[in-house]
Amino acid sequence: MSAELELVAGLEVHCQLATRTKLFCGCPNGAAGSEANTAVCPVCTGQPGCLPVLNKAAVALAFKAALALDCGLAGRSVFARKNYFYPDLPKAYQISQYEAPFALGGEVRFKAGGSERRARLHRIHLEEDAGKLLHAVGSRELDCTLVDFNRCGAPLIEIVSEPDLRSAEEAHAFLTALKEILLYAGVSHCDMEKGELRCDANVSLRPKGASVLGVKVEIKNLNSFKAVKEALEHEAGRQAGLLASGGRVEPETRLWDAGKRRTEPMRSKEEAHDYRYFPDPDLAPLVPDPRWIETLKASLPELPAARRARYAESFGLSEYDAEVLTSSSSLGGYFEESVRGLPAEAVKTCVNLITTELLGRLHAEGKAVEACPLAASSLGSLASLIFKGTLSSKLAKEVFAKAWETGKAPEALVAELGLAQVLDEGQVRGWVKAACGANPKAVADLKAGNERAIGALVGAVMKLSKGKANPGLVNRLIKEEAAA
Amino acid sequence: MSPERTASGIAAEVRAGRVTALEVLEERLRRIDELDPLLKTFLKVHEEDARGQARAVDIRRSRGERLGRLAGVPVALKDNINVRGWETTCGSKILAGFRAPFDASVVERLRAEDAVLVGKTNLDEFAMGSSTENSAFFRTANPWDRGRVPGGSSGGSAAAVAADLVPAALGSDTGGSVRQPAGFCGAVGLKPTYGLVSRRGLVAFASSLDQIGPLTATVEDAALMLSAIGGHDPKDATSSPRPVADYGAALAGGVRGLKIGLPAEYFAEGMDRETEVLVREAVGCLERQGASVVEVSLPHTRYAISSYYILAPSEASSNLARYDGLRYGAPAAAGATLAESCAATRGAGFGPEVKRRIMLGTFALSEGYHEAYYGAAQKARGLIRRDFEDAFSKVDVLATPTSPGPAFRFDEKSEPMAMYLSDIFTITANLAGIPAVSVPAGLTAAGLPVGLQLLADSFREDLLLRAAAALERERPFARCRP
Repeated sequence: MSAELELVAGLEVHCQLATRTKLFCGCPNGAAGSEANTAVCPVCTGQPGCLPVLNKAAVALAFKAALALDCGLAGRSVFARKNYFYPDLPKAYQISQYEAPFALGGEVRFKAGGSERRARLHRIHLEEDAGKLLHAVGSRELDCTLVDFNRCGAPLIEIVSEPDLRSAEEAHAFLTALKEILLYAGVSHCDMEKGELRCDANVSLRPKGASVLGVKVEIKNLNSFKAVKEALEHEAGRQAGLLASGGRVEPETRLWDAGKRRTEPMRSKEEAHDYRYFPDPDLAPLVPDPRWIETLKASLPELPAARRARYAESFGLSEYDAEVLTSSSSLGGYFEESVRGLPAEAVKTCVNLITTELLGRLHAEGKAVEACPLAASSLGSLASLIFKGTLSSKLAKEVFAKAWETGKAPEALVAELGLAQVLDEGQVRGWVKAACGANPKAVADLKAGNERAIGALVGAVMKLSKGKANPGLVNRLIKEEAAA
Repeated sequence: MSPERTASGIAAEVRAGRVTALEVLEERLRRIDELDPLLKTFLKVHEEDARGQARAVDIRRSRGERLGRLAGVPVALKDNINVRGWETTCGSKILAGFRAPFDASVVERLRAEDAVLVGKTNLDEFAMGSSTENSAFFRTANPWDRGRVPGGSSGGSAAAVAADLVPAALGSDTGGSVRQPAGFCGAVGLKPTYGLVSRRGLVAFASSLDQIGPLTATVEDAALMLSAIGGHDPKDATSSPRPVADYGAALAGGVRGLKIGLPAEYFAEGMDRETEVLVREAVGCLERQGASVVEVSLPHTRYAISSYYILAPSEASSNLARYDGLRYGAPAAAGATLAESCAATRGAGFGPEVKRRIMLGTFALSEGYHEAYYGAAQKARGLIRRDFEDAFSKVDVLATPTSPGPAFRFDEKSEPMAMYLSDIFTITANLAGIPAVSVPAGLTAAGLPVGLQLLADSFREDLLLRAAAALERERPFARCRP
């Protein structure tokens, strides 16, 4: 992109709410992966005479999302019909919200390019999902198209941002932060592979510093964070190329082809749908009871930003550590449980164990924190053993591995394996004397002021003690011995 | 009318064991066999299914079980109301072969009261029309004059009740489709307050206007049917949570002290003289029984037709968009593309009136026209509603003719506008959501029934039924039967 142009992007994020049932009927939600058309009923397949009944649990989750994102909640929102023909839409209209969405405003804070950034939200509305068309079964192309209505009627919120994003990297960071909040609030499972989080982007270019917006292109089919980043980079390049060669950017909808890694035209503005929105006469306006909103607010868990601030404040964690530990709600929970009862000075030890040993091992085994075989309290005990000097960090690694495999408590393992460090001065002095006696040259070098000579003596002591001698004590006693 | 012919009479006899539900049914089936070939009120009579229901009622009685309020009463249903396992055609070819996967809520309630569902009656396609001439299958004749229409769109239900094929039927009323045919056929037709009767299982035409209502021979039966089918349904989000009244108890009250308003706009010039005279006489009858009569004005009535014919088609264009032949109904031969197949199915499956309204509605909702049409019509609807609020702050009920004239001849109103104007007095109640009833006011010199329409404030069906019963007592509707 030429230096004088800047990218302006806004995202529209569809997020499937984690309810038990669909938005307007009692069919199970989240059965998209089940056998086709097994989670359907007359309502979600649009049989004549059916009426929608709003799922209150979906409304609760939608409102929680809005509260978590600092949106203003509308005292009255209205369901509208979005009319269009498509075989995955059995009523030929989608029940959505149009003129009166349930949430307005709000913002998402994120970090990009080393600085704090924020993107305002325009609105959030509640709507039902459509079904899914199948053109192939496995690798076999079909000579017809099949429809699966399992997903049809699933509850979605569409979160629309303002055009506040200035780079592909920012869009990626925005999505990461948004997903984190939605997961924390328990609103959605946000599994992009299952289509629980889907994204469209509005992208334009303008001269850097200009206040007017350029011609906007909508990009659809962004089904991963990577796709969002790549598509924005690609589209910015495409538009910059057009402008540089004296061309014009046409207002249109383009489709991201993840395989070819490029956007391709889908429809022009002239071909845009006229959705003929009007208020759905089958549903009353949504007028939430303010007391109910208060209950929802009270039920919101601590959100990532607040938690990070608290970790920095009450545990003295670095920004980096706080960020790692709050990257998921469950990891933060694990951390808090592991440091329960630990002296403040030992917290850092515990954090190090989590960020290196625990996360490394989880990652290697492809496990989530929830599936961690090592209880948080055990990790805390391990940190405590290190802090008290019972275990060297090297021995701690050994105990960690054993505890991971056996599920046994670290104290028990230390006793069982006889791994506790030896702090008894008399015993350590015995090993030091023996080591010095066996290495007169090293002792002489040390006496002559060659500090590096101590290494050989320490190594010898460790060998004699099978690694159990406390290193600090060993150092001190060797120096005393040399000075004597 | 003799008790064995009315719904309340039959239910009492069956409960008392003086007659069995099966005997009642067989007598009706014989009558249907004899007369329906002339009138063609039924699209389908489900004899065997009905016999099974009747036997089940008789068995329950023989076991000493307490029977419901409609024990053994044969009821016909307009064919846009779902009965599980039965075809719902909506009088359209496009739904050919569609069997309803569930009972409408009103059907559940009729079953719970031990009614016997006899069959499905003819209607204008998707309830769009005022003569039942728009049925894709055949026309239904008016029992008073078989050269005339029974009205519509619930023409089959109205004619079946008027010809005494069944004592009671259900229709649906979006702009007068229960009341106007009741008036044309000399039956009692009630459109309840919007939200009083569940719409679940009624195939939607215009969702904000549709209400299911009973067609009966007597006011008492209308009250009985409404008590059975009314009341909150959690499966219809527009259903009112208020508890349903016992409408039968309201009938005896009389009209002494009742204030009746005559809206000037409903006695306009150009209306049929005989109709006006009969309606004014009926009002006079109530006045003689102690009601007071004043003239009132509903000034925004003039916007009713135009706003109705924007709003109803707008909603219809959306409600009927699902009929593409993909999941149910009759697909035309597949086209080269999906859009072509869909267009072919809809082109062949829908009749001209339905197409006209889909086009009207699609246009009215289009970008650029939305505000001027749909938006303006919604505003007019608000003004019409306010007119009624004002009127009901002064009077208890309003009395008007149900229609500008009596039943017309087949093909007489081939112009859509002429047909639309026959709803002129009935559509305001749908726009305002208020209840209204058509009761027989008398017969013209040519022997055609004329209906008196009574309107009341929301959920004041008790007032309507009380006034209608008072009229019926003085001038028994029996003479308004063919």
